[in-house]
Amino acid sequence: MTQDLSKQSNRLQEGGRIDRSKPLTFTYNGKQYKGFDGDTLASALLANGVDIIGRSFKYSRPRGIVAAGAEEPNAIMQIGSTEATQIPNVRATQQSLYAGLVASSTNGWPNVEMDLMGLVGKIGGKMMPPGFYYKTFMYPKSMWETYESYIRKAAGLGRAPKENDPDIYDKMNQHCDLLIVGAGPAGLMAALTAARSGARVIIADEQSEFGGSLLSSKEMLNGKPAAEWVKDVVQELSGFDDVLMLPNSQVNGYHDHNFLTIQQHCTDQFADRAPNGQIAQRLHRVRAKWVVLATGAHERPLVYGNNDVPGCMVANAVSTYINRYGVAPGKDLVLMTSNDNAYRAALDWHDAGRNVVAIVDSRKNPQGTFVDAARDRGISIIVGSGVIEAHGSKRVSGVSIAPLNDAGDAVVGPIIKMAADTVATSGGWSPVIHLSCHTGARPVWNDEILGFTPGATYQKQLTAGAINGAFSTAQALSEGVKVASDALSQLGLAKSDVALPETEVVEEGKAMALFHIPHTKPTSKAPKQFVDYQNDVTAAGIELACREGFESIEHVKRYTAMGFGTDQGKLGNINGMAIAAKMLNQTIPQTGTTIFRPNYTPVTFGAIAGRDCGELFDPERYTAMHAWHVEHGAKFEDVGQWKRAWYYPKGNETMQQALDRECLATRKSVGILDASTLGKIDIQGKDAREFLGRVYTNAWAKLPVGKCRYGLMCGEDGMVFDDGVTSCLAENHFLMTTTSGGAARVLSWLEIYHQTEWPELEVYFNSVTDHWSTMTISGPNSRKLLEKLTDYDVSKENMAFMDWKPMTVAGVPARVFRISFTGELSFEINVQANYGLHVWKALFEHGEEFNLTPYGTETMHILRAEKGFIIAGQDTDGSVHPFDLGMSWAVSMQKPFSFIGKRGMQREDCVRENRKQLVGLKTIDPKAVLPEGAQGVLDPKAPVPMPMVGHVTSSYWSANLNRSVAMGFVKGGLNKMGERVFYPLADGRVIEAEICSPVFLDPKGERQNV
Amino acid sequence: MSDVTVEAMEGKLVTDQLPTGAIVGESPLHHSDLASIAKKGPQQGGVHFHERKLKGLLTLRCAPSAEQLAVIESLLGVALPMQPLTSVTTDAISVRWMSPDEWLIIVAGEQAFEIETQFQEKLTGHYALVNISGGTTILDVSGSHVVDMLKKSTPVDLHASEFPVGKVVSTVFAKSGATICRLADDKFELVVRRSFADYLWLWIQDASREYGLVVKA
Amino acid sequence: MFHIYCPHCCEYREEEEFHAAGQSHIARPLDPDACTDKEWGEYMYFRANPRGIHHELWVHAAGCRKFFNITRNTQTYEIKEVYKVGEKPSVVADEAK
Repeated sequence: MTQDLSKQSNRLQEGGRIDRSKPLTFTYNGKQYKGFDGDTLASALLANGVDIIGRSFKYSRPRGIVAAGAEEPNAIMQIGSTEATQIPNVRATQQSLYAGLVASSTNGWPNVEMDLMGLVGKIGGKMMPPGFYYKTFMYPKSMWETYESYIRKAAGLGRAPKENDPDIYDKMNQHCDLLIVGAGPAGLMAALTAARSGARVIIADEQSEFGGSLLSSKEMLNGKPAAEWVKDVVQELSGFDDVLMLPNSQVNGYHDHNFLTIQQHCTDQFADRAPNGQIAQRLHRVRAKWVVLATGAHERPLVYGNNDVPGCMVANAVSTYINRYGVAPGKDLVLMTSNDNAYRAALDWHDAGRNVVAIVDSRKNPQGTFVDAARDRGISIIVGSGVIEAHGSKRVSGVSIAPLNDAGDAVVGPIIKMAADTVATSGGWSPVIHLSCHTGARPVWNDEILGFTPGATYQKQLTAGAINGAFSTAQALSEGVKVASDALSQLGLAKSDVALPETEVVEEGKAMALFHIPHTKPTSKAPKQFVDYQNDVTAAGIELACREGFESIEHVKRYTAMGFGTDQGKLGNINGMAIAAKMLNQTIPQTGTTIFRPNYTPVTFGAIAGRDCGELFDPERYTAMHAWHVEHGAKFEDVGQWKRAWYYPKGNETMQQALDRECLATRKSVGILDASTLGKIDIQGKDAREFLGRVYTNAWAKLPVGKCRYGLMCGEDGMVFDDGVTSCLAENHFLMTTTSGGAARVLSWLEIYHQTEWPELEVYFNSVTDHWSTMTISGPNSRKLLEKLTDYDVSKENMAFMDWKPMTVAGVPARVFRISFTGELSFEINVQANYGLHVWKALFEHGEEFNLTPYGTETMHILRAEKGFIIAGQDTDGSVHPFDLGMSWAVSMQKPFSFIGKRGMQREDCVRENRKQLVGLKTIDPKAVLPEGAQGVLDPKAPVPMPMVGHVTSSYWSANLNRSVAMGFVKGGLNKMGERVFYPLADGRVIEAEICSPVFLDPKGERQNV
Repeated sequence: MSDVTVEAMEGKLVTDQLPTGAIVGESPLHHSDLASIAKKGPQQGGVHFHERKLKGLLTLRCAPSAEQLAVIESLLGVALPMQPLTSVTTDAISVRWMSPDEWLIIVAGEQAFEIETQFQEKLTGHYALVNISGGTTILDVSGSHVVDMLKKSTPVDLHASEFPVGKVVSTVFAKSGATICRLADDKFELVVRRSFADYLWLWIQDASREYGLVVKA
Repeated sequence: MFHIYCPHCCEYREEEEFHAAGQSHIARPLDPDACTDKEWGEYMYFRANPRGIHHELWVHAAGCRKFFNITRNTQTYEIKEVYKVGEKPSVVADEAK
């Protein structure tokens, strides 16, 4: 019965692993087509007789589908039915067909059939020899942007969606005993062997079905079609709890210590957009005890004239389309081969009822099972010859065949022309060694198979099947068992019995080493002979590169672009090396190979990002009072991962208005700051005090219990990196505070010195940052406010400046520190964080009469700048020591132990004259606020570039002083008090400032000492 | 409570940090109102979530001598798990190995001070006991898909052969960290820092979405 | 992504749990004040950058927070051994090379 194949002109009446009861409609370049469930986009396009799927990158030549798997160089598609679901760079050969799939060519603007560049291209081609980028695009530099947009468009790199991708991508961490890459005969056999022994196995394959080469061959295993054996094995494997089977999954990267990444296409095979709640793609991050690479081999096309005309394919792809998808991609086939194996394409073509015009075999006397089978079918075999050229432009119309000499490098007889629409070629098989190369292993040339096999690696990696050059199914199966057994014995697992399936006996004659078919004309004058389709690299181009003196294959690669981009040289690399080797008069192993890099095929950004996007992009750390800040309209500032209240605008207040209000209220009455983010480190042990003395620049030996002290922490180079107040809780017990952003670094700093330098000191450090909620009430009325919430005597007499006391505040046990970062009377109240919000709210309940005003980090910055207090990380940048900051009072050079930073700050450069020093900057115009970062000069009329003397580090409008306040570095600034410095700005203004003390307010410190 | 005086403290400061009376503590996920979600939210799903809140958590730092070990055992009622990555769990107390000189002790919230006081009285030699109850919360996750959810979140191997019941690891969890202890085949305890709790709660909701998330009060 | 055996946790963990902290066995001079500027500069800034065997200080930052040493081949990234602070490596570079 004849089916309605709806114009699928190349679809065979029967056969293939497609489900003919499930027709699917899809759109390609705006036109609707039909295919079947089980098709790839490529097989469906071929079924519909779509010959041209793109235009070439450089020469804009029409291109067709060449291969059937990941090695496809031409059919690079843009997929997606909506703007948001666009995915670029999808190989049509790897995209399962689904109903409603929308695809378009990425190459070939404005369209593949009628390309505006077509004519330009032919001229452009001549104008774009190898090295074009280097020769042309480098100069002039300013033109690059113009070139780039043109090249990008023409190069078919696809485009990213302009809307947010609605799909969910995620990542999963996996661990296994064996990760098996490739589910062909070798991989399946290895998986079966390992699984039966109870090993934890992951087996991944980039295709939608397991089986690899067995799915597209007519071989028999155990007397049954191979696909049935595959089905049985898959079924058995699915019964093991510890076997994870991942079809539609590319193992894309093989990284250090057997860490591999697998991109699983979870819903790509049936939908443009993942059904609600489902994961579209998942990146598996696998740590495998052993890795088995059973990645198979890619058939190598032969290089001949016009070998890129649509209709030119690799031989195995022809078999795959016929056997797996029921598609014969043409009518009249010419097969050119250097080996027996490729004869199968002609046999399959013939058996599909199509016409094999001829088999052109480069060898004089081919012999073997497949050769006999071709002769039995009466197929004409032209020996000792090659196809030197294909004819046609949008589709092959015929070929020129000529006799070749024994070496295969010269035409030695008359040309015969034959009509054909398809040319299949095979120069043998190239093992897929990409993943093995990712580990840094150098591939090894194998003369026996005329290809590179994986090189030695220290990684726990095994290889099985065609990747080793074991191309027959029988070899692959037995290698699969062997590697699994090897791994099992290494893992200490007993090997269970696994019987090898019976295979057919196939005899194959010796293949000929052939890569590049000669033409009657020299390569440079012959029709273009393509080596790398995707990058439009020709044999002539490689020869030119060699003539121009590029001898290293890595240089040839970069000069010609061979093996670049998403292609990674899957089809063309070996042919290119062979051509270069010949030009350089050396062997292929002498020439060497370029290194394949991750990723094997392109990975979507979605899979790389996973769930680390949107609100999960980076953790937001909250204090116990965060919800209150949100409710009270706070604007937030990121401090490390913390969200800190920045300021609290009221009504229509601008930021400056809010800051002015917060600043005035605090100095006039009382303000409150959530300081919970300050790093807090609990330090205990009899040597705690000694340790503090070593890591801080000042003295700690005599700090009494109940007292607090400010300290500067320096690196060994003497440069300040953090500061904070440390309090003596008990004789052997301290609480250190650090900057909010520096907490983790300081704890790590203490630990590394304790663990590696001074392990003899008895001290323990523990982070208690999150344990305590810290709220600072600051301002002249802060004591009155605190008195309302505690019975404790917080008078000056009982609780002096820099004292800390335990007391109950609002019913909650608290540790209250009389320290101040604003210069006002301040109390820093610490309570266990589960009670932080309770105390915070209680303060507001009692604070109304004092106009208790919440202030954020910006007001804190202004208030401290009025007092000239530094912020480590803002007023320091890792290049300033305490003396540069004018903080010699915080350094005790007399301490017995040479504290960290002491030696460093005495180096020659640290004690020289005229270092940049931190000073106050009083603008002559009190209303002018210096921009932070502005560079100062002493003479604004000096010629550009003016000698710069230092930059502004902190600068604010001070509502309290009704003028600007600033701090900054000035060379030799501490000796320049009263002198002028000028800040020329980008907008042409020059702000003039007087060098002064950084303490703008209350220089005697009377306000905090009440 | 009566205010303590610092002078009374010898060596180390130990104070009761919990209020007496009616003041109720608010755990890090207080604002998420898990109780309502537990009532109104889905009752079926592959991942179950419960905040075991307001517990007493103490970090013990010590390289214990035999003598110290004996005292610690008498004070805690259980021996310190000395093997790396092991733990002890009883109805009254849990002890987690954190590092060769660090253990996490989990007790009822009001017991933390009692333990601190007893250590202060009875344990001599070099050690530190630090109350971290306010800075930490415990998330219990369980269910048929709990391992899948965790595999999205942490790089450690959770297979039963590598991660048996009772094992405890401190590790990366999403972009934060957690101390993970397996309480049963399909039940894990995550000890996390207060400031990251909200992020981790969001993360767990997201990672559980495809399996269904059930919040338990 | 390295797979690193923590000598304190006694099992392999993923690299993301660890931080590298530079070259191992750089001891702080016992008397810094007696160092010349040159000696101090060498302690501060000069580090080996060998092709091959290298000893590195790492910390199990997300795990037990302990520092320890790794002997690593900088060419292959193979980790030859791990050992605790205070211990000596058993795998060292062949000085003859």
